[in-house]
Parts: sequence; structure tokens; C-alpha cells
Amino acid sequence: MKLAEKEISGAALAPERKEVLSVQDLTVSVRSANGLTPLVSNLSFSISKGETLAIAGESGSGKSITSLAIMGLLPPPAVRVTGGKINLGEVELTKLPEAEMQRYRGDRIAMIFQEPMTSLNPIMTIGQQLTEALEAHEDLPRKEVQARVLEALRAVRISEPERRLRQYPHELSGGMRQRVMIAMAIALKPDVLIADEPTTALDVTVQREVLNLLRDLQAELGTAIILITHDMGVVAEMADRVIVMQSGRMVEEGSVDGIFRAPGRRYTQDLLAAVPRMGKGGHKRQSKPAEDFVACIDDLSVRFDIRSGLFGRVSHHVHAVHHVSFDIAAGETFAIVGESGCGKSTVAKTMVGLVPFQGDIDIAGCALGREGRDAPKSLRRDVQMIFQDPMASLDPRMKVGDLVAEPLVIHGIGSAQERAERVRYLFNRVGLSDDQIDRYPHEFSGGQRQRICIARSLALQPKLIIADESVSALDVTVQARVLDLLQALKEEFGIAFLFISHDMAVVENIADRVAVMYLGQIVETGSRAQVFGAPQHPYTRRLIEAVPVPDPSFKRPVEVRPSGEVPSPMRAVGDAPKAVKLREVSAGHLVAQ
Amino acid sequence: MRKYLFRRLAQTIPVLFGISILVFAMLHLAPGDPADMLLGSEATAESVEKLRHDMGLDRPLAVQYVSWAGRMLQGDMGRSTVLNRQVLPEIIKRFKATLILTAGALTFAVVFGVGIGILAATYQHSVFDSVAMLIALAGVSMPIFFTGIAAILIFAMDLRWLPSSGMYPAAGGDIFDLLRHLVLPAVTLGAVSAAILARMTRSAMLEVIRQDYVRTARAKGVGERRVIWVHALRNASITVVTVLGMQFGYLLGGSVITETVFSWPGVGQMMVRAIQARDYPMVQGAVLLVATSFVFVNLAVDMLYAWLDPRIRYS
Repeated sequence: MKLAEKEISGAALAPERKEVLSVQDLTVSVRSANGLTPLVSNLSFSISKGETLAIAGESGSGKSITSLAIMGLLPPPAVRVTGGKINLGEVELTKLPEAEMQRYRGDRIAMIFQEPMTSLNPIMTIGQQLTEALEAHEDLPRKEVQARVLEALRAVRISEPERRLRQYPHELSGGMRQRVMIAMAIALKPDVLIADEPTTALDVTVQREVLNLLRDLQAELGTAIILITHDMGVVAEMADRVIVMQSGRMVEEGSVDGIFRAPGRRYTQDLLAAVPRMGKGGHKRQSKPAEDFVACIDDLSVRFDIRSGLFGRVSHHVHAVHHVSFDIAAGETFAIVGESGCGKSTVAKTMVGLVPFQGDIDIAGCALGREGRDAPKSLRRDVQMIFQDPMASLDPRMKVGDLVAEPLVIHGIGSAQERAERVRYLFNRVGLSDDQIDRYPHEFSGGQRQRICIARSLALQPKLIIADESVSALDVTVQARVLDLLQALKEEFGIAFLFISHDMAVVENIADRVAVMYLGQIVETGSRAQVFGAPQHPYTRRLIEAVPVPDPSFKRPVEVRPSGEVPSPMRAVGDAPKAVKLREVSAGHLVAQ
Repeated sequence: MRKYLFRRLAQTIPVLFGISILVFAMLHLAPGDPADMLLGSEATAESVEKLRHDMGLDRPLAVQYVSWAGRMLQGDMGRSTVLNRQVLPEIIKRFKATLILTAGALTFAVVFGVGIGILAATYQHSVFDSVAMLIALAGVSMPIFFTGIAAILIFAMDLRWLPSSGMYPAAGGDIFDLLRHLVLPAVTLGAVSAAILARMTRSAMLEVIRQDYVRTARAKGVGERRVIWVHALRNASITVVTVLGMQFGYLLGGSVITETVFSWPGVGQMMVRAIQARDYPMVQGAVLLVATSFVFVNLAVDMLYAWLDPRIRYS
């Protein structure tokens, strides 16, 4: 692969100073009950040919609104540009009528969205959707359109492009869909490509591939890229220049080196400090030697039946979890990492008795029934769960105080007054105040909601808390504070955590011991130092190497490109996957052979 | 796709079996023995017993069912006790008239309901949207016998634009006469469906227009007309088709009232008469036919789903 040997840092591509897009004094406002509320205020920037400009900021900072304003796709009629102008070359886009704007959209400026799963029309084939993008702008004979479409798919390095044309989006994986989105966006070789969180919804190894692809395409076509992201690692690896936004305003602008080396503004400093970094984990902690275990998982397998045919016979099994064993000691944080579909969440669900399983699960010295759903009440008391989406896991019609008290009510603990006392204590403990107890979930921010979920999980004084991607949906600064809180609670109450995440950097920061899962099996497990310091299994190495490094001076080693997609865990009946054998390479460090 | 069709076809067999059981039971659960009814209250116990034996009513139910179902499958639905004619040809003649009425009502409902729904969604919050939805709400709330009689009073009696009853003029007529006769009952019958469809189409379209892939289409530079008619409508039509399938059943049922109000010579009108006259073979045949056609309409709706949404074909 010649592309892999290319200089990696985006800054190395010295941009010719040919301005393609400029934004001056842009103000975007939303019409609300009390007049116009600005979402973006007085934003000015420009971007040149071949340059990558990152717009970084946390949710609500106005970065996505800015990109939609450039595309002329602000949701009408409530949100619109109320000041300033956007110029594409000589053309003032903000003055164009909608019919004129359509000619530029997709042709001169294109956009890639965050959610590849929902950004493609589910009932049109890939071919139809790509063809449509071309035909919207160019009047070409059918044959030529077909050729151009194939060329675009080849450019994004999709396997079997001819077959993909006839496929529907649901037949493609997330990474492949995002490639199709990119193919659609670059098919007409636009001057400006806006990528709005293009890799946020993707697994880390897939993210790596998509980022590489974007960079290679840029080098080839000279497209100016506006990269919108909250991930400072991605910023450091991709951008030439950075704009940091906060509540609709630009707080800082500069070269990527300048911003990372000497952030001028307090907000930027906080943002950078909050970014979880690999190699910085576990400075002060020393996990005590494990004596008693709160959870022993022995030879756990979970498989789901796929039925097909007229009589619904079981034809395939999805081997979600396959012969997995691990123990969690009292007071330790055990992390399971892996990419989507590796079975990590199924392990969590099994441990709270929600999924039937094979094997043995002992929690706090009590065996769990295999059929699921009939877990004894005492077990439910010992194990609590915190989920990924705090909004979705809080009943919107209940007051948050009642939500936190509910586990106590269910288990019949304490009088009403004692419960109120306990709720107040928990609120204070997770950093919320007494006067927030009577409010409803929608009145809180994402981070506060997750604190409420944590308070609820603490209510029963459990021995083990399972945190399934509990910080993935939070902004980095909020994420850092929630991680600190979890750490403090662990030390204070001696609770053990099972921490499930796809984010290697977060895991490295919080875990005592780690297990890496791949296709339903553990391929490597050991202490944090062992797994991250001396990774043995190739998959572990690939995961670690794929993590974006928030340091522009970091030179990525020449990588061996991973080959294709993760295979499916669905197999025909009787064709069970082989259980991997783990070999001990050093004390407590086990690796698949 | 073909595999899916066969699977769905196979699934209709138990449903049809269930229907036949219910229809068969209807006759035997109804108070009064058919033999009693035929002979009247003056009959002697022996003659009733003899007739029961001749009709096979003294055999076990299962045996009766099997021989009944066998006859039904051969198209022998018995003789109407009132008309003293074969049931099947009579029902088929009537059913044709009902199908014409239903098709007319459905056409009206789809053209106006779906059309208005799309326009209302495209121009959300406009005057057109508000007025259309107000009329739709009124349409949903209006019972057929009221709109039907009001339509007759205004368009047939007052303005004398359209005929008020029957399918053809007394002297017979051609297709244009048929269409003139069809307008009032079809519009009356289809009005409620049109109103429901308009509301459902509007909300389905609004839901779809907010989706990410519609934004993607716009970002590609696809024209607004194509965004609405290709991207949004085809996705929204999955909801619309569901409602349409249910409306078809409603229209078949609703035709009973409409046909009575407009003296339309269809199955509904006939059923009302047959029930009043306790003409069991006739009622039985009509119910069987209407229920069976409903099953196949549902099958067609399912096939339409699979055609519209590729995700359904393989699951």
C-alpha cells in the first residue's frame, strides 16, 4: 500500500493559500417565544484549497449549526441566518435563492453526517442513491453515470463495488455505510467537504480507516475539509488549523500545533486537560491483592437462535458470548473492551439476570439461575447497572428524587423519612444539591443525568456496579468529572465496578484489570499495565494503535492495514466457533494462542 | 420475494380454517334450529326430527363440519331459503357491485386523502394545512348515514346533479350511467377513509421529512420535488399502506350502511335483508366471502410492504 507510507500529519500538506470558502460575522438564530435567540454569534473563518480546518467544541457549542448554515440546510422556519455572510469563492451563498443553492449543494460543497446508520435511505439501493447524487448535477448518459459511480466506490476502497450497487443500506456495516456516504460526497469532486463527526459512531479500528481514507482523498483531490468533532485526538491527527467553539462563539483559533502546545484560553485548556490519554492511566492507584471475589464468571456462553423457514426451525446461532471466564475482586474495576458486536454488553445483561445463559455465574457468593429473569431479589440488590444513555434510562414522568428512591421502595428498605434522608445524602454525594430532588429529568444536563443514574445505582449499597458505556455519550469535560466521581465512590464505598467500554483511553484511565473481547471471546486479559504496557494479542495491539492521539507532533508508525470486516458471530447449527485457549504469559496476564 | 410470498400464502391456510369454523359455528350457535325455523311453530316433533335427520343435523358436529366444508370448497353454498335460488351466483353478482363501490370509495380516499396529506405536510403550518386538517377532523367525526343522507338531500334532491339510488337507471344503462350512480355512494363511503388517510399521510410524511436520510438527499443537491415524492413519500407509504389495508376492511363493512342508504345492490344490502329474513345460507355465504376477501387484501398489503421496504423481504 503506497498510501500507508505517506507522511501522516495533515500539516505536512502545505496548503496553497487559495481561499475557497469564507464565513464572515455569521449569526444564526432560532425563533423562540422570547424573540430571536442566537445559536451562533459573529463567527468568522476561512478555509483554503487542500486545507483541513477542525471546528472543535462540546455539544451545544454551535458547530453543527454552523455546518448546516454553510450547506443552507438549517431546519426551516425556526432557525435561520440572521447576520453575516458565507462566500464560496465569489458566490455569496447566503444571498442565493433555494433553487440556486441546490446547484451548489452536493456539487461544490458536500457533507458527510455523523450517523451512517440513518443517513442513507433504507429503501433505495446504494447504486440508486449514488446515481441520484450525480444526476442531480450533471446530465450524463447512463453508462457514464454507472462508470462514475463505480469509480467513486472504488475510491473509498469498498470491497466488491459492483455488488454493493445492488445492495440496500441495511446489508452493509456501519463502516461501509460511512464509506458510501463519503463516496457520495466526493463523487462530484467538491471544493469543500464538511464532515460532521464523521467517525463518532464508528468503532475505533473503523474510525482509523475512515480517517486515513479522508486524508488520502484530500491529498488526491485537493478538497478543503471542514472537520467538525468533539474528539481532540481526531483534531490533532487530521487538522491544519483549529477553531474552538463554546456556546455559539469562537473562543480560540490557531494552528493545530499552537493550540495543542500553548492553548491561550481557559476553556481550551480545560478541554485539552479533560481528554483521556493513553499512557497516563493509573498514576496514583495500586489495586490491592484480590482476596474475595464479588463476581465469578465461569465458562459463560450465550447464544441466540435464528429461526428460518416455514416452521421456524433454528437454523443458525448467534454466538454472542462463547466460553468466557473472569473474576471480579471486591473493590476493583474490571473493564471489558471491544468493538460493537463483540458481546460485551451481553455479558453485562447476563450478569443481572436478563439473558438465559450456559455456564456458571456467582455473584456475591450466590449462583445465578440459568434461565434469566428469575434472579433472586437479593442479587438484584447486590448488582446495579448504569446505562449509556442517561435520558433514556430515567422515566421522564418521575421526579428524580423518586427515581433515586425507587430501588429502596422496591426492596422495602427504610421508612419514607429514612428514604428521603438517604436520597438527600446520595444527591450530595454525587455532586447534586438538595433543591434539585423535586425536578424532572429533562431539566438536567447530560452529565447531571448520569450523576442521577449513579445515585440511583448507589441507593441499595451494591457490591458491584455494572457500567455499560456509561460515559460514552458525555462531552469530554463532563466525562472526566464523571470518571473522577466513579473513582472516588469506588474508594469510599469499596464497590467493585464492571466497566464496559469501546474507548481504550477511558479504560486505560479507570481500570485495574482489563479483558479484551473479540467475537464473543476474551482474547487477552490481565492488569492494566500488562494489557496496555505489553499487549500480546494482535487484536489488542490493533485496538490500542487505532486510538487517535491528542498530540499533533505524534508520528503514527507505518501501519499494516487491517483486512476487511469483523466476521459475523452468526453460524449454522452444529458449526460452533472454536473456543480459544488462553495461555499465561506472566502472572495474571492471559493471551489467546 | 417469491419465498416470502409462499410463506405468507401458507400462513393464510390456518386463518381461512379459523374463519370457516366461525362461520359454521354461527349457524349452530344461533338460537333456534334451522329445522324448527323451516317448519314453523305448528310442526310436530316427528316431522322436525325427520327434517333434522334429512338435513344431517343429528350427526356429530365434526362430521357436519367436514361435509359442510367439503361442499363450500366445491362452491356449493346451498340454496337461499328466501329466494329459493343457489346462493353462490347470487352472492357473486352482489359482490361485484360491492367491489365496484369499494373500489370507487378507495380511489376517492387515496387520491384525496394521500394528496391532501402530502400537501399539508409539505406546507406545514400554512393556511392550507390548517383548513385541510380541520376538514379532515370533521370528516372523521361524521357518520356515514348522516353524510349519505345529507349528500342525497343536497346533490340529488335539491341540485338534481346526481341520481340518489341504484346502480343503473331503471331502463338499464352504460358505463357512464354507472359512474354517475357511483359518485355519491363512493364519495360518502370514502369520505371517512379519505380523512383518516389525510391525517395519517401528513403525520407519516412529517416524521419521514425529519429523518437523516432526507437531509442527506437535500445535501446531495436533490431538488425539493424529488425529495418529497421519492425519498419521503416512499418511506411514508409504509405507514400509509398499513392504514389503507385497514380501511379496506372498514370500507367492506361500511358498505352495509352505504348500500342501504343509496339502495346499492351489493352484498351489504343483501346481507341486511338476509339477516332480517333469517336466510342463514345466504348470510353464511356472504360472511365467508367478505372475510376471505379481507384475508387476501391483508396478504396483498403484506406483499406491498415487502415491495416497498427491502428490509422486510428477508426477515
